[in-house]
Amino acid sequence: MGPVNYPGNNNELIKISGLEVHFAARTGFISSLISKNSSLVRAVDGVDFNLRRGEILCLAGESGSGKTTTGKAILRLVEPTGGEVIFDGENVLQFNRSRLRKFRQDAQIIFQDPYESLNPRQTVFSTVAEPLEVNHLCSSMEEKEERVAEALKDAGLSNPGEIFIRYPHELSGGQRQRLAIASALVLKPDFIVADEPVSMLDLSIRAGILKLMVDLRDKKGICYLFITHDLSLAWLVSDRIAIMYLGKIVEVGTADAVIKSPLHPYTRALVSVIPVPKKISLAGRTLLKGETPDPVNIPPGCRFHPRCPEAAERCRDEEPLYREVSPNHFGACHFI
Amino acid sequence: MNLPAYNKSALVVWKKNLKSFWLIYSQNIMGLLGLGILTFFALMAIFGPYLVSITTLTIDGVTQVMHPPTSNYWLGTDDLGKDVFAGVIIGSRVSLLVGLAATAISMTIGTSIGIISGFYGKFTDTLLMRFTDVFLVIPWLPLMLVMAALLGPSLGNIIFVIGITSWAGTARIIRSQTLSIKERPYVERARAIGSGDGHIMIYHILPNVFPLIFANTVLVAAIAILSETTLSFLGMGDPTQVTWGMMLHFAFSMGAVSFGAWWWLLPPGICVVLVVLSFTFIGYALDEVLNPKLRRRDQ
Amino acid sequence: MRLLEVNNLTTYYKLKEGYVRACENISLNLDKGEALGLVGESASGKTTAALSLVKLLPENAHVMDGSIRLGGREISGATEEELRTIRWKEISIIFQGAMNALNPVRRVGDQIVEALRIHEKMSEKEACRRTAELFDKVEIDQERVREYPHEFSGGMRQRVMIAMAIACNPKVVIGDEPTTALDVMVQAQVLQLLEELRREWQMGMILITHDLSVVGETCDRVAVMYAGKIVEAGPTEKVFEQPAHPYTRALISAFPNIEGERYLASSIPGNPPNLLNPPSGCRFHERCQEVIAPCKTDDPASTELSSGHLASCHLLKRKVKL
Repeated sequence: MGPVNYPGNNNELIKISGLEVHFAARTGFISSLISKNSSLVRAVDGVDFNLRRGEILCLAGESGSGKTTTGKAILRLVEPTGGEVIFDGENVLQFNRSRLRKFRQDAQIIFQDPYESLNPRQTVFSTVAEPLEVNHLCSSMEEKEERVAEALKDAGLSNPGEIFIRYPHELSGGQRQRLAIASALVLKPDFIVADEPVSMLDLSIRAGILKLMVDLRDKKGICYLFITHDLSLAWLVSDRIAIMYLGKIVEVGTADAVIKSPLHPYTRALVSVIPVPKKISLAGRTLLKGETPDPVNIPPGCRFHPRCPEAAERCRDEEPLYREVSPNHFGACHFI
Repeated sequence: MNLPAYNKSALVVWKKNLKSFWLIYSQNIMGLLGLGILTFFALMAIFGPYLVSITTLTIDGVTQVMHPPTSNYWLGTDDLGKDVFAGVIIGSRVSLLVGLAATAISMTIGTSIGIISGFYGKFTDTLLMRFTDVFLVIPWLPLMLVMAALLGPSLGNIIFVIGITSWAGTARIIRSQTLSIKERPYVERARAIGSGDGHIMIYHILPNVFPLIFANTVLVAAIAILSETTLSFLGMGDPTQVTWGMMLHFAFSMGAVSFGAWWWLLPPGICVVLVVLSFTFIGYALDEVLNPKLRRRDQ
Repeated sequence: MRLLEVNNLTTYYKLKEGYVRACENISLNLDKGEALGLVGESASGKTTAALSLVKLLPENAHVMDGSIRLGGREISGATEEELRTIRWKEISIIFQGAMNALNPVRRVGDQIVEALRIHEKMSEKEACRRTAELFDKVEIDQERVREYPHEFSGGMRQRVMIAMAIACNPKVVIGDEPTTALDVMVQAQVLQLLEELRREWQMGMILITHDLSVVGETCDRVAVMYAGKIVEAGPTEKVFEQPAHPYTRALISAFPNIEGERYLASSIPGNPPNLLNPPSGCRFHERCQEVIAPCKTDDPASTELSSGHLASCHLLKRKVKL
């Protein structure tokens, strides 16, 4: 398992710099009349990372970390308010409508909820055929059927012809997620954002879907941004893991490095509470106090300091620099 | 690879949907009753006029006027000697046609405005909704009367008037549903594969509001038929057309009440009531079929 | 005397097409202060089994058979009146998605006070005092009693539901997926809270979950359910280290283990059976990798492997025989 190296000058497919997604928080009518500053939800607050062809990078964090928003911002399903997204040498944020449409053929997304992310009134066939129709990619019905069947087979749904006329509600959770994957695959993308693709599936089905994703990477060289809150899954499938907290990345490294020798206190706490299937006591785990604060009120200095078991004066005043601590292992903390 | 031709599959899908729909619908007694009554009147409207001799509607100076039912004239005659039974049969066609045509206009306007308004939101939404509010707020009957009076009593005008005064409620309901569907993940997915606004509205929003549209259409049709009857009864209708409303209009204005000519007064009125009732029953049944939460648990 | 003894509990749901055999012959025991984990995937019957204890089932559910003894007292035949005194006061349930069960337009504290006043017939003052005490116990700032549900995060709302569940010092608390939908850190916090409360008040706890790790962290004993039947039960350590039933083994290996090797276990092929017409013999035989002839026709009886560790599988009998 490992990133597939393609011949060519640039192995790097995506480079994100300083990505920001800020929303104006909704305030009541009266308060918007009274106070002058509208509060800002800084969901993604300056994120840098890159992704190579055929690589699986996991963006991990709790809810409120901004990981899903980051994934969607790269695809411009949510409009970023700052920063750069360079895809294959071009800046995605400057694409006009038609260029954006073409980009969407190269960069796809799989959603978390296999029950809600499929139109209940579309058959299996029309769900997978829709991307082809919308982008005018097929000249005949036969070609369309061929491509749809191929995508369904690639997604592990055997006997594609049989399920063409089925509806999503007639499929199981795992099959539905495969259908969603098929509809992303049919456009032959180079990059897929997988937003918690297995969190709503039963445990025994998860492995199958994850295996499928890795197989597709091995066979077709698709790279993934795998978004999850489950670090053990991240460790299993990713090449590299990036830990996010309150809109910023606090640590990045290879999967083994981040899980086995975490640098940042937040990562260390998260790793210590990773569930394992054996009898174990909760003592000896680093249980942080409280919960992730609202992105409207980001603490000054190091944003993790209110919950950090090792916080010091400096952490409150100064925001730590994001730097390479050991080869290919980056972190942002004063004490690493 | 041996694949089934999709064109054939589309038909199969259609038949499949119809079958499962009927399976549940047929369990609902109200729905079946409503459907039965409506079918009866539909058959009456389609085939009736061919079976009834038109000559019984001409004034021949021979037939007795205002005569109670006889073996020749099953529902008696009106003040000019015309056959009431024939009138009811022929009137059914026009009454139903006007109702359905007006409904079609109303639903088209209401659905389009509802979906566009809900989908785009912001300024478009505000603009369209304020426009809708105008039609919601002005009382329906006076508005209809004024427009009918201004435009003149022709069938086309009646259809037009009913159509453009009854779409506002539909627009609001559809907009509400659109707002909710717009946020579903599958709409976001549609964007992610490159769909434009129009495509999303037609292929994602519309099919999912369709159950609501269907249920709403049925009720609007009931209102449309009632509106035509009302307009005609109040004298705004087309006097050259035979409709149930016109029959009621003439019955009242020609003194059927004081004469006691129940055979002229009751039949058209009862027909209107039955048709409206059938639509209402069907509407209730559709609600239950299309909203799974209303069904009983063991269904 | 055991706190809770359940024997041969069987519950079916009546549908138009027939009966869904949601849980059959469920037997479990719970001692004071003990935590039992009920593990299974969706539609394994675990929620049905738990709700059958206090008959909080939908209209078309019928408890066909079974004895339920609470503190020695038989409650399976209890009338609705009697059940009302048992629910919440002796057996309390934290429902799945309970954190969304709070009325959004009323203050959180008021909702607990109201419930206390209706069921415990307390005065307003007493109920308020008790509510403040409860908030303390679940580690929420007492001043937040006056806030609305939307001002609480998911984890805090779950704590509020726990507070409500323990308000009357019940003997048994049943938690139905109490930590699903919570972040892993919040999940650890909530589980730790449940553990502390259990130890302090010696409550019996039944934790229903599909997540083996939750069981590993908090439960003394575990029962694994599949398709409405208990396939294996025993002390948590034993079941994890020496899983006897093929399904348990498959579940454990499907669980990512960062202390083990980095590989993706294969999924269990197929789907859980339709309980309208469950397969003959062992209900797992269609998906079992180690199926033998008797599995298809005979329902395996439970075999005791060591003290307290039982499993229902034909393969075990063979081993014992040899």
